[in-house]
Amino acid sequence: MTWETVIGLEIHSQLKTKSKIFSGASTAFGATANTQACAVDLGFPGVLPVLNQEAVKMALRFGLSINATINKNSIFARKNYFYPDLPKGYQISQFEIPIVGNGVIDISLEDGENKIVGITRAHLEEDAGKSIHDMYDEFTAIDLNRAGTPLLEIVSDPDMSNAKEAVAYAKKIHALVQYIDICDGNMQEGSFRCDANVSVRKHGDKLGTRAELKNINSFKFLEKAINLEVERQIDILEDGGSVVQETRLYDSIKNETRSMRSKEEANDYRYFPDPDLLPVAISEELLLEIKKSLPELPTEKKLRFVEKLGLSSYDAEILTSQKEVADYFEIIINKGADAKLSANWVMGELSAALNKNQVEINDSPISANELFSLISRITDSTISGKIAKDVFKLMWEGNGSVDEIIEKQGLKQMTDTNALESIIDDVISNNLDQVQQFRDGNLKLLGFFVGQVMKATQGKANPKQVNQILNEKLT
Amino acid sequence: MMHNLTIAEQIKGLKSRDFSSLELTEHYLSRIDDSELNAFISVTSEQALTQAKMADSILAKGNASGLTGIPYAHKDIFCTKGVKTSAGSKMLDSFISPYDATLSEKLNSQNMVMLGKTNMDEFAMGSSNENSYYGSVKNPWDTKKVPGGSSGGSAAAVASRISPFATGTDTGGSIRQPASLCGITGLKPTYGRISRYGMIAYASSLDQAGPMTRTAEDSAIILNAMAGFDERDSTSANKSVPDYTKNLSKSLKGLKIGLPKEYFSEGLDKGVERVIIQAIKDYEAMGAEIIEVSLPNSMNAIPAYYIVAPCECSSNLSRFDGVRYGYRCDDPKDLNDLYLRSRSEGFGDEVKRRIMIGAYALSAGYYDAYYLKAQKVRQLISEDFKKAFKEVDVIMGPVSPTPAFELGSIKDSVSMYLADIYTLSVNLAGLPGMSIPAGFSDNLPIGLQLIGNHWSEELLLNTAHQFQLKTDWHNASPVD
Repeated sequence: MTWETVIGLEIHSQLKTKSKIFSGASTAFGATANTQACAVDLGFPGVLPVLNQEAVKMALRFGLSINATINKNSIFARKNYFYPDLPKGYQISQFEIPIVGNGVIDISLEDGENKIVGITRAHLEEDAGKSIHDMYDEFTAIDLNRAGTPLLEIVSDPDMSNAKEAVAYAKKIHALVQYIDICDGNMQEGSFRCDANVSVRKHGDKLGTRAELKNINSFKFLEKAINLEVERQIDILEDGGSVVQETRLYDSIKNETRSMRSKEEANDYRYFPDPDLLPVAISEELLLEIKKSLPELPTEKKLRFVEKLGLSSYDAEILTSQKEVADYFEIIINKGADAKLSANWVMGELSAALNKNQVEINDSPISANELFSLISRITDSTISGKIAKDVFKLMWEGNGSVDEIIEKQGLKQMTDTNALESIIDDVISNNLDQVQQFRDGNLKLLGFFVGQVMKATQGKANPKQVNQILNEKLT
Repeated sequence: MMHNLTIAEQIKGLKSRDFSSLELTEHYLSRIDDSELNAFISVTSEQALTQAKMADSILAKGNASGLTGIPYAHKDIFCTKGVKTSAGSKMLDSFISPYDATLSEKLNSQNMVMLGKTNMDEFAMGSSNENSYYGSVKNPWDTKKVPGGSSGGSAAAVASRISPFATGTDTGGSIRQPASLCGITGLKPTYGRISRYGMIAYASSLDQAGPMTRTAEDSAIILNAMAGFDERDSTSANKSVPDYTKNLSKSLKGLKIGLPKEYFSEGLDKGVERVIIQAIKDYEAMGAEIIEVSLPNSMNAIPAYYIVAPCECSSNLSRFDGVRYGYRCDDPKDLNDLYLRSRSEGFGDEVKRRIMIGAYALSAGYYDAYYLKAQKVRQLISEDFKKAFKEVDVIMGPVSPTPAFELGSIKDSVSMYLADIYTLSVNLAGLPGMSIPAGFSDNLPIGLQLIGNHWSEELLLNTAHQFQLKTDWHNASPVD
């Protein structure tokens, strides 16, 4: 029996405003507990919220970048529930009319195919504070620094049909919010959080009962949690049971999901329009201004990389999947480096070194300018591609600039034809058996001779010249 | 005696050094001390004397603003930095506000002198001031009677001349009804005229602060100081503030006064009706034209109000949870117990009743039938007024269906809710309304209600002032 999985994601993206969504308190991460919460954030009697216009602009940036409907008069509503880290006893959010309506985003799947995922809505809301349960034995500690931090909750349509697609979608949104500079994307600090709604059904059936997975703070966990949940639901259904609508918590240590609360236990949030805030009126002028201020979006950039730079769609996707990577790459090619060669270096050596050392590209010890210099030394034949990899390693370790390293280590490519010919003559006279075999038709042995020459020159010989001379001398 | 002077007269007295702010303040403080009306929750004598001395030094330098050195009583719903702000509730009995409400700041910036914080129905919920944790306030005209509510302490303080004026708030009649029952002048401005920042919220879409004074002229003077846009309150109007004293003396000749026929039907006390009819006749004599109008939806104001206000209050009062400030029960055994007992023990019955009504009405499955429907009724009520104001300039009628009633005489909530039958619509429509002294019935003062179109405070004050030039009701005093 085959099952079909249906997944929708709710992503909470923390907006990069300096102050909170309804107060003037700072949003900086990591301050001493409760030092960044003013009377408004603390829910003192008599205080009132005032909407941060920057948060509105950021929501609009997102809406415009997914070609969404923008609601010209969106409404803030109160979501009422009691919890100690929710000072007012309600969260100000948007319910019936969110600022961003229907939109779409294009995601690339592993097989190179593209898929369009619908976005139901994106709305502005305030974050709650933080409850710390393990600080004291008998008490829960409350830190309200985060209370009132602006969030954009991005709700997808149930368009994903497996965990990998869900991850691809989440990554795409993650890249987008950083591209348009509305979120720092830091998942460790909780700036970008995913909840997944997962259900399964038999092909052609109506939607199955869903479970909502919460508390997922990495793409790896997202994939694991969804796969676990799909398995769990299929097991239940195949045993003749039925899935319960509930919220489940993903435990990354035990690698399991467990029930947090069922639908029956769920709060009735008693939503109603917040009488302290006016409808958020969006003018055409503001929309135009924001449209103008948007940078080139990943999809546009990818298209340009393919069409103007002649990169493969696959390469272009990787290079544009993170704004910082695209920026790095563009610095190199804007200085005139060959696009394909630069792409290989960025996605190859650089990416491997970054991953191995767990360094973000912005903190790379080799700057884009330095990598450009290295690539230039390959194209101007100063060094071979192979030697360049050694130079890269030395640059990474901080042994100086490209030219210093080439100079100091004597890595400059041998291009002196006379010298090369004499080395090649030696190689030929030392390997007469192989010469005979080659002449008898085993042309594959050319590689062996090249290898010998490279060995004799410590890799410095210009491979093109070596090939040429060898061909002349052997035939 | 200084306490018989109006604010306008006291301003002159201070400027011409007939008396100092300190003398004025000490005089009122001693009157407060002698008062047995329970009008104040806190008397801030020390701070008042300091402020008075400061005011005197500013007056001496000659760079005083109009209101420098004038004492006042502040309803205990406005946050006052360093001073207990209780909203009449046990919940906030221990609450010292860490900040000033915008209105407090505005009055401070004029170097006025705050005498103390006045008693009120808990969280402004009530029409008799009997819902205060600090006990009932007595009506200065008859101490067996209620002063009205929720700004009962403010009304009693001004009527008994233990404060020249007081601040009030009006969500469904809380300025106008006690003003009527105590025989003073009370103005509820257009919604958005005065900042709500720092005013403890009861029902946010209805709450509005206003002045409670003896005369319309004084109301105009005080409104000048209170009104204005506040960027900390998104619902305050970014609209310029006129000088409300400027047009007081305009003639009322040709003024079109609308009498809603629904306001003169069953349920209106005969004595009240007689006073109101006489006042209308006085206006007619001044050259006004009397026109009957109809506000057909006005009788739906009570059910609409008692959905909207409880819904908003059920949410507004959620912050009083025993976690950060205010009342917290002893030895909570867990979080739920902390919430349950702190709120059960900290709130009074009427507050709990309204929270429950509101929470119920907002529940999934009931929202459309109650909250949304009430909002639709609200719209209809607004449209009634809109239509009426196409024909008339000012609407007049009673404030309260009866004069002040006996303390403890109304035991069920619904009968108490009927006390606001003529005042609620004004809040639902966001209009300005006033109560001015118009006569007596059984030796108890009766207020006439004036209702204006949005932002017509100038006209209302002018209309009230002209009446006070021709009549003497506002000068009647329950004390010597």
